Amino acid sequence: MTDTATRELPLQEIDEVIIRFAGDSGDGMQLTGDQFTSISAALGNDLSTLPEFPAEIRAPQGTLAGVSAFQVRISDFEITTPGDAPTVLVAMNPAALKAQLHNLAQGGALIVNTDAFNERNLEKAGYASNPLDDGTLDDFRTYPVPMSQITRDAVAEHGVKPRDAERSKNFFALGLISWMYTRPVEPTLEFINTKFRGRTQVIDANTSAFKAGYNFGETAEIFEAHYEVKPAPLAPGEYTNVNGNTALAWGCIVAGQLARLPVFLGSYPITPASDILHEMSLKKNFGVRTFQAEDEIAAAASAVGAAFGGALAFTSTSGPGLALKGETLSLAVSLELPLVVLDIQRGGPSTGLPTKPEQADLMMAMYGRHSESPLPVVAPRSPADCFDIAIEACRIALKYRTPVIVLSDGYLANSSEPWLLPEVSSLPDIGVEFATEFNGTNEDGDGIFLPYLRDPETLARPWAIPGTPELMHRVGGIEKEDGTGNISYEPENHQLMIDLRQAKVEGVDVPDVEVAGDVDADLAVLGWGSTWGAIDAAAGRLREAGFAVAHVHLRHLHPLPANLGDVLQRYRAVVCPEMNKGQLCDIVRAKYLIDVEHIGKIDGVPFTTGEVTDAVRSRLEALSTV
Amino acid sequence: MTDTSFTPTTQPGDWASDQEVRWCPGCGDYSILTALRMLMPSLGTEPRNTVFVSGIGCAARFPYYMNTYGVHGIHGRAPAIATGLAMARPDLDVWVIGGDGDMLSIGGNHLIHALRRNVKIKLLLFNNQIYGLTKGQFSPTSEIGKVTKSSPMGSLDAPFNPLAVALGAEASFVARTHDMDRQHMMDTFRRAHAHDGAAFVEVFQNCNVFNDGAFEGVTKKQNRDANLIPLSDGEPIRFGADGEFGVIDEAGCARVVHTADVSSDELLVHDESKHDPSTAFMLARLARGPFEPTPIGVFRAVRRSEYAMATTRQLAAAQQQQGSADIAQMLRSRGTWFV
Ligand SMILES: Cc1ncc(C[n+]2csc(CCOP(=O)(O)OP(=O)(O)O)c2C)c(N)n1
Ligand code: SF4
Ligand SMILES: [Mg+2]
Repeated sequence: MTDTATRELPLQEIDEVIIRFAGDSGDGMQLTGDQFTSISAALGNDLSTLPEFPAEIRAPQGTLAGVSAFQVRISDFEITTPGDAPTVLVAMNPAALKAQLHNLAQGGALIVNTDAFNERNLEKAGYASNPLDDGTLDDFRTYPVPMSQITRDAVAEHGVKPRDAERSKNFFALGLISWMYTRPVEPTLEFINTKFRGRTQVIDANTSAFKAGYNFGETAEIFEAHYEVKPAPLAPGEYTNVNGNTALAWGCIVAGQLARLPVFLGSYPITPASDILHEMSLKKNFGVRTFQAEDEIAAAASAVGAAFGGALAFTSTSGPGLALKGETLSLAVSLELPLVVLDIQRGGPSTGLPTKPEQADLMMAMYGRHSESPLPVVAPRSPADCFDIAIEACRIALKYRTPVIVLSDGYLANSSEPWLLPEVSSLPDIGVEFATEFNGTNEDGDGIFLPYLRDPETLARPWAIPGTPELMHRVGGIEKEDGTGNISYEPENHQLMIDLRQAKVEGVDVPDVEVAGDVDADLAVLGWGSTWGAIDAAAGRLREAGFAVAHVHLRHLHPLPANLGDVLQRYRAVVCPEMNKGQLCDIVRAKYLIDVEHIGKIDGVPFTTGEVTDAVRSRLEALSTV
Repeated sequence: MTDTSFTPTTQPGDWASDQEVRWCPGCGDYSILTALRMLMPSLGTEPRNTVFVSGIGCAARFPYYMNTYGVHGIHGRAPAIATGLAMARPDLDVWVIGGDGDMLSIGGNHLIHALRRNVKIKLLLFNNQIYGLTKGQFSPTSEIGKVTKSSPMGSLDAPFNPLAVALGAEASFVARTHDMDRQHMMDTFRRAHAHDGAAFVEVFQNCNVFNDGAFEGVTKKQNRDANLIPLSDGEPIRFGADGEFGVIDEAGCARVVHTADVSSDELLVHDESKHDPSTAFMLARLARGPFEPTPIGVFRAVRRSEYAMATTRQLAAAQQQQGSADIAQMLRSRGTWFV
């Protein structure tokens, strides 16, 4: 370590920074990013994160396939996306540099671990010559740092085996970045102490590496300045940093409390949905029963069984699993039992891009079952919104006795944002009553139970659970007679039941859609799901550039808000960015005969604000010339 | 073995629903239905605490005919539906009814997993060695060479032995009975009901329309003495009108012998509760098909941790360790900050 006297570096105030930590999957980049996020959250910045995992668990070290990255954006104003291009890239090895450099903004800062740029690693990353000195990095502000060496030196005193010494280098990087953005050191030291409790040597090594990184920034004389990002004007209150899968799992658990029902989850592991199963499995003290089934069909079927028994039942999966659940969901449609299906969409078809997001399961959610099997579909718009959408899905499922599909995606699942915690007392009561008494009489005037006698308002059927005296009844997938639920092959009855099931779902009480931005604009951007953040930010940019843009975002995809047709008719043009080939466009066109224009992207990477801005801008410019 | 001190609170008629039974006249399913309806009052349970779950097939129509709670599900998935139900409601008596196609073909996966988990459900497989409801294709228990509409030159598929499958899946209760002997059915189902875990019972069931007489070789009155081997716990395995036949363990294979030819201590003594399933497996494989001496009764009944109760115990332990449900605390569990 250089031993110069402390220099007084200028402290520059900036409104935001987008940092991307990239390294080998064994380098601890997710941990580093997470911790930087936590410190920044505590400082009051608004923030948004985007982790990027390799598809393989242990891809060969040093290869492009093994690169793991974590992007975090912190700001002193409100943001809705993790940012388009990082302005700072931390590259722990040549593969990370090669995989990520194209993302870095022009003139961005690049901090590289020069020690990793040896011949072997360069070759594994596919570099013919060393990018550190062949001009590749000329467009960037490059800060070469021998991270491995300094880390080894810093931890030497703790007697760490040479092989393990380098493992602390992510904490060196974290220390350096903490210095650059004037983050306090105490929270990270505390974090190291709790995270590695009981492993004194690891605590000592990571602490020393972290401090070495921090001090390096201050003393190394390679940085011109360090920076400060002031707190953002967020609504006052208590916040936590939450990703979509955690918020969704918590929403499901809380929904059980709000409905006063035991929670059951049947699930089969699949990326990027498994974390929901993991999180709910940790919450057994809430009475949550999780069942890791033998396959997705059994997962859905077990949830149907639990629902028949009176549980608030869930099944979580991703696209390939939703395909397998199709027949079981039709059964649930026919049995008219509450059931919530969580589909965390990923790239397809087939195994596709399992760790990357896509929004291409919309049609499957809407129509991907045999015959007429309508069911409600909802979608969260941000990581924190996953909590609310889970409760909303349960509310609908319980009130209308129907399966409901929640369409999240791999982007929402893993990215995180600050969440202003709700007052528990402000959460809705979504409880429903089980049937306990006869609801009809037979020819002899005796009381009987009619399992398909509907509530005249909601068209929901009574939910009588086993154990209830006198209400024994059978439900099944064969067409049922209206009212009695007995097997019926009568033509008129089938028509009636098809119509009733449809009417029930069409009648779900969905709030009207609200227009954000310039209500009187010529153009509206229509969106659903995780594109909300990018569209919202793009609309903001376009407004700053003098354009008027309306933003219409759907959380309810089936049924659609009653006012949607009228709202969209008001605009000369409606465009719809989606990570698919135009699935919402097709639905809206078919329903309202409105010529919605598709803005598509299916490359496994969420829309950037810039991409939406450019696409919408060109449409706006075309409009103004006609 | 009815408990004489027990006064039933229900009659068989209380267990019959008002629905017309629609199996073909003469179908073996009728006698199984009668046996169950007659058995239920003596089990000490109530219709309201009983659920019949089924898949699809002729056999799977069963729930409609019982005045209990019931789910007629989808083809093959009944064990999975029942697993969810039994987990959510360990207080219920859950029965699963299915055919050989339902439980061993499309639903084979769910069957073996329900058995290995040992969730407390009673699975009755009505084996008629044919697809009844779809009008007579060969099934996963049909013999090789079976000529059906989908196998006009004879089927090429080697059949499953349902009991061997169940034993291979570590089922804790495995039994076989047949539709021609009501008392034997009732005794076997009673044992299944009393078992604390997954109980698997194969019922030889005659489909008189598409596979008539498939089990006649063993179940017809005049064949029973020679070809049914009643298993009785703790007893040497003997059969025949005068007990003239017996079963021995010949180097790991069960073999039928004339008792006169062996000393009495050579006969295999049946032990249901033997933890090692290999003797049960050997007995399950004694007959190559229902045309030669075939054991019936309880092959295996062992104690193993029951899944739904084990789940409940984990919930209780979690409450002890983590405290009871507290939403506000959960939402703050990843750290918070104030703005
Ligand atoms: C997904 C699906 N595939 C196929 C069928 C058609 N099907 C109904 S019952 C059945 C087989 C019935 O045979 P088994 O289970 O032995 O019952 P059995 O009718 O003999 O009692 C088939 C193939 C179906 N209902 N669902
Ligand atoms: S087809 Fe066979 S199994 Fe089905 S009801 Fe008729 S006789 Fe019984
Ligand atoms: Mg059959």
